[in-house]
This record gives sequence, structure tokens and C-alpha cells, in this order.
Amino acid sequence: MDFMTLLQVLESTIRLATPLLLACLAGLYSERAGIFDIGLEGKMLVAAFFSAAVAYQTGSVWLGLLAGIASSMALAAIHGLASITFRGNQLISGVAINFLAAGMTVLVAQDWFQQGGRTPSLIGGARFEPITLPFTEALADVPVLGPIYGGLISSHTILVYVAFAAVPLTWWILYRTRFGLRLRAVGENPESVDTAGVSVVGLRYAAVAIAGLLCGIAGAYLATALQAGFVKDMTAGRGFIALAALIFAKWRPWYALWATLLFGLLQAISIRFQNIPVGDFVIPVQFMEALPYILTIIILAGFVGKAIPPRAGGEPYVKER
Amino acid sequence: MEGQTETGRQATAAPSPEPAIELRGISKAFGPVQANKNISIRVMPGTIHGIIGENGAGKSTLMSILYGFYKADAGEIFISGRKTEIPDSLAAIRAGIGMVFQHFKLVQNFTVLENIILGAEDGALLKPSISKARKELRALANEYGLNVDPDAVVEELGVGMQQRVEILKALYRQAQILILDEPTGVLTPAEADQLFRILDRLRAEGKTIILITHKLREIMEITDTVSVMRRGEMTATVKTAETDPEHLAELMVGRKVLLQVEKAPARPGAQVLEIEGLSVTDDEGVERLKDISLSVRAGEVLGIAGVAGNGQSELLEVLGGMRAGRGKVRMNGQEIDLAIKYSDGKGRRARGIGHVPEDRQREGLIMDFTAWENMVFGYHDDAEYQSNRFLMDNAGIARIAQDKMDRFDVRPPNPRLLAKNFSGGNQQKIVVAREIERGPDLLLVGQPTRGVDIGAIEFIHKQIIGLRDAGKAVLLVSVELDEIMSLSDRIAVMFDGQIMGEGPADSANQIGLGCLMAGMGGADTQAMDGWRISEAAAPETPAQEG
Repeated sequence: MDFMTLLQVLESTIRLATPLLLACLAGLYSERAGIFDIGLEGKMLVAAFFSAAVAYQTGSVWLGLLAGIASSMALAAIHGLASITFRGNQLISGVAINFLAAGMTVLVAQDWFQQGGRTPSLIGGARFEPITLPFTEALADVPVLGPIYGGLISSHTILVYVAFAAVPLTWWILYRTRFGLRLRAVGENPESVDTAGVSVVGLRYAAVAIAGLLCGIAGAYLATALQAGFVKDMTAGRGFIALAALIFAKWRPWYALWATLLFGLLQAISIRFQNIPVGDFVIPVQFMEALPYILTIIILAGFVGKAIPPRAGGEPYVKER
Repeated sequence: MEGQTETGRQATAAPSPEPAIELRGISKAFGPVQANKNISIRVMPGTIHGIIGENGAGKSTLMSILYGFYKADAGEIFISGRKTEIPDSLAAIRAGIGMVFQHFKLVQNFTVLENIILGAEDGALLKPSISKARKELRALANEYGLNVDPDAVVEELGVGMQQRVEILKALYRQAQILILDEPTGVLTPAEADQLFRILDRLRAEGKTIILITHKLREIMEITDTVSVMRRGEMTATVKTAETDPEHLAELMVGRKVLLQVEKAPARPGAQVLEIEGLSVTDDEGVERLKDISLSVRAGEVLGIAGVAGNGQSELLEVLGGMRAGRGKVRMNGQEIDLAIKYSDGKGRRARGIGHVPEDRQREGLIMDFTAWENMVFGYHDDAEYQSNRFLMDNAGIARIAQDKMDRFDVRPPNPRLLAKNFSGGNQQKIVVAREIERGPDLLLVGQPTRGVDIGAIEFIHKQIIGLRDAGKAVLLVSVELDEIMSLSDRIAVMFDGQIMGEGPADSANQIGLGCLMAGMGGADTQAMDGWRISEAAAPETPAQEG
């Protein structure tokens, strides 16, 4: 594998890791507050659709992003209502959200655009364009460094930088702010928060809302930056891979970055190397496409070690009796 | 200690115009259960007020109302003479009330400092709050002798230390009124003494303390005034100095209670259980039992005394088939296989071993199952509970359960209630009824009266003695020395996984046993006739602790 191929794979890794990273951080906020969220997938999917739809109609990708975030947060509110206010089962609520999103997006897409459940292709201002960072041209002729800076670091869309900036920001919020302390506490022992005179419900809604926001960005990224429009089921299990990455990352922001980069790398490899001949036999493309998912299972089964989830995770808070 | 208590009481003798806390006509119902009925109480500032009552008398409910955890159906709360609404914990904290719950409300993987500032941070950023708390903590440590490592992670602290963190949490929030709910339930005697010294100090500083307990000795030792609760009602409020334990016990249960267990002399028969060189290594590779040898005869109670965590739990678990061990254990002369991979409670029961486990809520009962189901667990394969080869005789089991509940005075006597809906004492009665009624040759009993009210204690003790008198062997493990001394015919003291000494209960004295429990020999233990003292017991100086 030559240098340029490597660079291409890594560049593709970053682009593919971005939605995973955003979804993983979304899950991190929610689960750190004690609300399991398997509805990451569904929230991303509605955000992908509504961002593409609104961006197409208005020609403004920013309005599309806002629409995506709004739709994702609406689903997050439903999840919050079901699991916090009505103390329902968080997994069932998440499953319902995924089904709702999968069905609703295609249905509405067909009704609005009549293109078989997809949106028309986005062009021009309806898509996020790559940003060329300063000095890219100045460094372009420098060997090694030039291509790395220009190809790997520069020329991504704004949302990629937002996703990567969200990692240190999340770390800082969790471990350096009052909100973070309370958020971590409410996922570990909500009674301690309640008896300290802080609202358990308020904190958990805040966490779920942040998860909605981040999933909204992730979905919008899929439809308006990574691709040019919405396609049926375009999240393709990314929400679940993000959950796997979250466990792999032991619910920590920096680990989440490394975990999602790893999963992004696996996806990048499977796209770049499709048919690999081994002697007379050719490893089929289907196998390469399944590889990230297979490795997800292997990593979760064997390499996570002891991952302790937030102790109050998944349990609705009810005062004694 | 004595002197301090005196000064504390004198300081409070000055008449204060307003009570620190006054409750008027508090009532609270949970569904059909009236937990508190028209309760009124006045507590003067700078005093320790005890609230005593059986399990389920409504003490904790009352205090949870005062702390804003529950909302009262009726009644008024006055703090320092001002009518105060306490809809939530925040309001309680603002009114200067701090509460140390029976089950601590700490975040296990947070540091002490993080736990203390949680909810009482000074700003959106943690750093200033942490450094302020660190300073404050040092001051509180000096003032009240409450030393805790501020950077320790809570789950690595012992329960005594965790309780200190809870007290510090309240003091950090400027609490003037401190409520402690059964604070000594989880503490060793030494830790309890320490706690009382701290409470004494707090009282001397003018704090008002409410102490909820069901231990009479604690009431007599530390409180200035005491209120007695029974079945949701306040039956009396008296000055501690003007009452005595028997009187309080009577107010509590509504009838005369025998604090001493009446029993005939033991008539020991054949050896039922023989333990030879039993050792246990736990999952972390720590040796919890070190070469233990013991025997229990038919018709006698062998009591295992010791501070919690010295191997007694492991001993019960090995004998009860819940944990593997090395060495020889013979039951009625037949050797038991100790090298088990999985729990084998059923195999042990088949050998005639009944087990009332230490932790009834986790090992003795399934809390979300009904009483009648719990009444047959472990014995549910017995022929008498089956209607045919495939179906269980549920109606028959329910009848049998009803009968047992009546005879063991389980309240409420409703077999269809879930186990978790019974009070601690009644849960224990269910377990005891199940195990004793099958007439085991050997009954293993762990902490039979932990968290159990006086009425139920007396009842359970009678059942254990009754089993002994029926010619069965009993192995009793308890951290309550009184219980060991009053029930046992022979006593063995465990310390650090070893037997420190063993001998007849008649000749044992409390100080001698206390020394052995701390791993010491010495003069007091030599004075106990017929006792074999282990060489591991250091002659005078205490062995290293913990």
C-alpha cells in the first residue's frame, strides 16, 4: 500500500468516523445520565431526512441542519417523555423510535418527492462544502506534510470539525463543570442527586436533549455532507455501531474518539478494498462490507474488558416505596 | 466521654424560647397503609432527640417528610418557630436540615470531595468549589474530629467512613438540624462509639440532632429526650434521664418484653456437624478462612461471635453450599463435597442443613415474589408441594403458607403480598418459618435479627431455642454480642479467618469476648473457665486491625 492510498483511507476514516463520533457522544450524554438510548439510529435517520428535505426546498444547508436537529430533538423529547416522565422501559421506547423513524422518513419522502422514498440530489448551497484551511496551498508542495495537512486535516466540511471539537468540549463539561458532575451523579445514583436538592428529571431531560442535538448534527452530516441527499435507511446501523463504540469506550469522551475512529477505519477499509484476490479465490465484496460489523461483535465480545456502565442506567427513578 | 456528655447536657439546660423543630399533626398514608397518624413533636435546639420504634412504626417516613423526600398529607412543620413548607430536599437543605439516610446516598465512584459539593457547588465550574470544599473539610475535620481523605473514592471507603462523608455533606451545607436514620446498623461497635463521640461534639456546638434507632442502648446512652412510635403513632415523648429501657421497650411494642432469653440447660447429643481444617480463598486470592475446626452437637447452639468481615460470612456460605472450600466437613458422620463449582443449596438441604442466610433480601427471599412462593423456595421440588408429575399444587402451598404465617405471626398475614412489601422483621419470619418448619438436623443462622424489631427478635430467638430443645443442632452467626451470649450454649470467636477461642457460654464474659474479637488474648480471656484460647490470639498487645 503506497502513501497516497494510506492517506486516502485515513481521510475516508475521518469522514466515516464523524457521524459515529457524534452519535457516540450523544449516547454518552444520555447514558451517563442514566437513560439508555438505542434510538440513536432513529434520531439520526429523521435528522438525515429532514435536513435533506429542507435543504433541498430552501436551498440552504443551514436551514436543513436546523430542521434536522429539530426533528431529532423532537424524537428525543418523546424518548424523554416515555422514559423519564412516564418511567417506561427505555429500550422499548428506543426500539419504537427506530421503527417510527425508519417508516416515517420513507413515507414522507415518497409523499413529498415521489422518488421512491429518497430526496432529490442536493447541489450547491444545499450541501456542506469542504473548507480549505489556511496554509493549505503554502504547504501543498512540502513533501509528506503537505498531503497530510491538505488531505487529512484540511478540506473537510464544518461538521467534521464540530464533531472533533465536541470531544474535548464533552470531556470539559463532564469533568470540569457543575452540570457534568451532576450529570455523572444522576447516572450513578439519582437518589444522591435528589437528596442533594437537585432535580433528577431536569438533569435527565437536559441529557436527552443534548443527545437529540448531537444525533441531529450526525444525521444532517450523513445527508448533506457525506452524501448528497437522503436515501432510505441511509444510517445503515451507524447508531448501533456508535452504541458499540460507546461500550468499547467505557462511556468516556476521549476513548469514544479512538473507538469511533477505529470503526471508521474498518468502514474505510471495506470501501477501499472490495475484492481481494487470495490465490485463486477472491474474497467477495459482501464479506468486506460485513467486516466492520463482524469486527464490532468480536471487539465487543473479546476486547472490551470490564466495562462498567453507569450504575443507574436503564432504571427509571422512583423514590422508595 | 461521661464528662463531655455532662457538659453537653448542662449547655442545653438553659431554656430556649423556640423549639428547633416542631411538627404538628403530621399524617401520611401510602395507599391503604397509614404510615404516620397525626404526629406532633417538639425538639429543642442543642439536644439529641431519639425516635425509637419497631420496624415499620413510621419513623423513617416521618423523617423523610421532614427532609422533603415525601409530602405529608396533613400537618405543619415549624423550624425555629417559623412555619416552613418543605416540598423537596432543596427546601429542607435551605431550612438547615441535613439527613444521613440508613442507606447512604453517595455516588460510589466519586471522590469524597465530589460527593460533598454535589448540589452545593458555588458556580458553574468545579475548580473553585472543590478548593473551597477542601478547605472547609479541613476545618470541619478539626472542629468535630471528622477525618476523611477528601480525595478517596467512596466505594473504597468502609461504611463507617462513608457515614462520615454523609455527615460532612450535611455540615458542609450548614445544617443546624441533623437527622440520622439507624446510623449504627452498619457500624462495628468501635465505629458506633466514634459516631457517638462525634454526635456529642455536634450537640456541644449547638446542633440539633434527631436519632432514629431501634436500639434501646443507644437511646439511653446519648439522647436527651426520646419519642416512641408504634404503628404510625407517637405513643410518648419523655426525658431520657427519667425513663428506663424496660419502660421504653414496653411503650414501643405495647406489652412487656423479655430482653433475656429464657432457656433450659442444653442436653447435647451426638455430633451433627464436624469441621476439620476448613480453609476458603476468595476470588481475589485472599484467604478468608484459615484452617478452621469446629463441631456442633445435636441439641446445642454454637454461637460464632466476631466483628463483621472476619470470615463468618464465608463459613456460612461454605456450609450452606454457596461457596467452595478446602478441608473436611462431616454432616451426621458423612463427608460433604466442598469442591463445588456451582451453588448447591439443594444438596445441602438434602443432607439436613437448613440455612437462614445473613442477607435475607438477597439470599433468603425473592423480593418480587409472593410470600407463599417464598415460603417454599428451596423445597419446592418436595413431593408434598406437587399435585402431579408436571404441576405444582399452588393452592395447597398457599394453604400451608397461610398456616405458617399464622403460627409465625407474620404481619400482615397475607400470603399473596410480595416479599418486599413486608417489614424487615416479618421478612425474616418468613425465612425462619420456611427453614425451621422443615425440621433440619442443622440450622445455619446468620444475623437472625439484623434490622428486626424487638417483638420479632424475641419471637425468632424463641424459635431458635425451640429447635435446639427439639434436639437439633444450631450454628448461629451474629455480630450482636448480646444475642450470641443469650442464645448460645457454646461460643467460638472469629477474628481474621481464624477461631480465636472457643468455650462454654456460661463462663464467657463480655470483656473477654471483646478482646478475642479484637484478636487479643490477655487476662480477661484467661479468666473464662473451660475456654481454649488460640495461640494466634496475641497475649496483650492488639493484633493489627482490619
